[in-house]
Amino acid sequence: MGLDRRNFLKIAGLSALFGLGGKAAVDIFAPGELEASMEAVPLTEGKRWAMVIDIQKMDEELMNKVTKACHREHNVPDLGNPKEEIKWIWKEDYEHSFPGQQHHYIGDDFKQGSFLLLCNHCSNPPCCRVCPTQATWQREDGIVMMDQHRCIGCRFCMAACPFGARSFNWGDPRRVLRKEDLKKLNPDYPTNRDYPTRSKGVVEKCTFCAERLAKGQIPACVEAANKVKENALTFGDLADPDSDVRAVLRKHYSIRRKPELGTEPNVFYIV
Amino acid sequence: MLETALKGRQIYWGWLIFLLALIGAGLGCYIYQFHEGLRITGMGRDVSWGFYIAQLTYLVGVAASGVMVVLPYYIHDYKAFGKITVLGEFLAISAIVMCGLFVFVDLGNPVRVMNIIMYPSPRSILFWDMIVLNTYLLLNLFVGWNALSAERKGVKYGKVVKTLAYISIPWAFSIHTVTAFLYAGLPGRHYWLTAIMAARFLSSAFCSGPALLILLCLIVRRVTSFDPGKEQIRTLSGIVAYAMILNVFFFLLELFTAFYSQIPGHMHTFEFLFAGLEGHGRLVPWMWTATGFAIISLILLIVPATRRNEDTLAVACASVIIATWIDKGLGLIIGGFTPNPFDRVTDYWPTAPEVMITIGIYALGFFILTVFYKIAVSVKEEVVA
Repeated sequence: MGLDRRNFLKIAGLSALFGLGGKAAVDIFAPGELEASMEAVPLTEGKRWAMVIDIQKMDEELMNKVTKACHREHNVPDLGNPKEEIKWIWKEDYEHSFPGQQHHYIGDDFKQGSFLLLCNHCSNPPCCRVCPTQATWQREDGIVMMDQHRCIGCRFCMAACPFGARSFNWGDPRRVLRKEDLKKLNPDYPTNRDYPTRSKGVVEKCTFCAERLAKGQIPACVEAANKVKENALTFGDLADPDSDVRAVLRKHYSIRRKPELGTEPNVFYIV
Repeated sequence: MLETALKGRQIYWGWLIFLLALIGAGLGCYIYQFHEGLRITGMGRDVSWGFYIAQLTYLVGVAASGVMVVLPYYIHDYKAFGKITVLGEFLAISAIVMCGLFVFVDLGNPVRVMNIIMYPSPRSILFWDMIVLNTYLLLNLFVGWNALSAERKGVKYGKVVKTLAYISIPWAFSIHTVTAFLYAGLPGRHYWLTAIMAARFLSSAFCSGPALLILLCLIVRRVTSFDPGKEQIRTLSGIVAYAMILNVFFFLLELFTAFYSQIPGHMHTFEFLFAGLEGHGRLVPWMWTATGFAIISLILLIVPATRRNEDTLAVACASVIIATWIDKGLGLIIGGFTPNPFDRVTDYWPTAPEVMITIGIYALGFFILTVFYKIAVSVKEEVVA
């Protein structure tokens, strides 16, 4: 296998960074698969990952599908209680996705339609600025990452995030999901044995599927959306002028959530 | 000097045992919380800080206010305060201990608390808050204890003590400024994102802390033979009066900016707090209660006759404490999270175990305060005799 010392260290470092261990790490090092992914899809070389969501191509059903794909991939449980809800990617109506932008005369399509929300992976993320333990930080490829093994659960990042993109494990998901009513809601939790479940008292969020990118795969939500409709979700590297995301953004007018706050969100909406 | 804390009348021991019982109850609830996680509190993804962090904010103010007796004594050589500086310093110590505990019980992963030191993050205000609070605790312990021992031995405190006392003065301002920065630098939280936050914090600290100190002085006078002094209380009451006026003034400035500019985000929280928003108005009666007590306290503090009369002054001080506690210990944190980033309103109210843990920490603070005050007063009584 064509894994030299330099690449080995690179991948070892990366997997340590993602907090991957055990089976997930073995998967990465599975010979063949690794080489194929490194050569075929240069996803590990992004400089500024971004996502473009084409609202015209979205419908409720597709959004539910996308959400389900993500939440199953990452063992995001349904805790049956809005206060404790864990959200990685979710639906929200226009008025509450873009508060302050709405007006009385907006068409019903917009008023009743939903938007798909997720962590914006801001270029200037306030959540990382406030973290007292560097448990959340910005990677060189722009992904706002989270280390659940270092997080002390102070929830400063939740106060700092203007997009409500961070969720806290108010209880122990592994334990509360053993309760009868919650077991019914999550019959097959954990849905993905290759991805860690969380312990109580830590914050979690969308990671742009960093663990999949490392394997050369696109994020689970994008994959799920594209199976149904081409380019409903576009994922790519903003730093690369020839990337899909750049092409889509050149072609269509797009908006971002709360751009006035200067966090520079990297999730764009074509409306 | 510690031995003086071990000799006391029945009422002293009774009070300590009472506090111990509350501490025990709080500890029991904390063990429950430790096991179950923070889901046993009223907090949720929208109001993700609650009662604990609110008490931290309030008590940092109480701790900072110790400077209001230290500053006149050391900088202006206002001798009268020499008698009570140690009371201010010991109040600061117990307040800081409570602050630390309120942060601790709010952590989702308390066993990892040392990560703050193991991975120092100078970009995080919480990191600086940890540094300034701990240093302030050490400064007050050192200065208070050594000044008191010197007094007991009948000698003047040394140069080191004096230097550290000077350092503790700007440090007191720093602890509440940094605490205000926890909130005032967050994008998208309109109620907190205001340049006057630190000034508001300091003004409310410098009225609520000295108001508590006045009440403590009155209690000390009643239960011991040490008299903190009429003049001292009178000077403190002036400080409380000015600080409370500033505190209310700063609040009115916020109201003007919000409601004259008519920017919805700036008005929403005030509407939520004082009138209710989208049918949620749990804090409305509390905020109006605070307003009522603020007005009562202002009248009693501004009218010279009622300010100088120690009975009405006590009422004024209690009113200041109630008004500022509701403002900072309820309204500020819950209001800051309301409405949430999606412009929605979620109710928050502390649960019984959450309140019990809070009471337990207050009881521990008062326990420390009682023991320290017992030592201070015993020394003072000894020196007079």
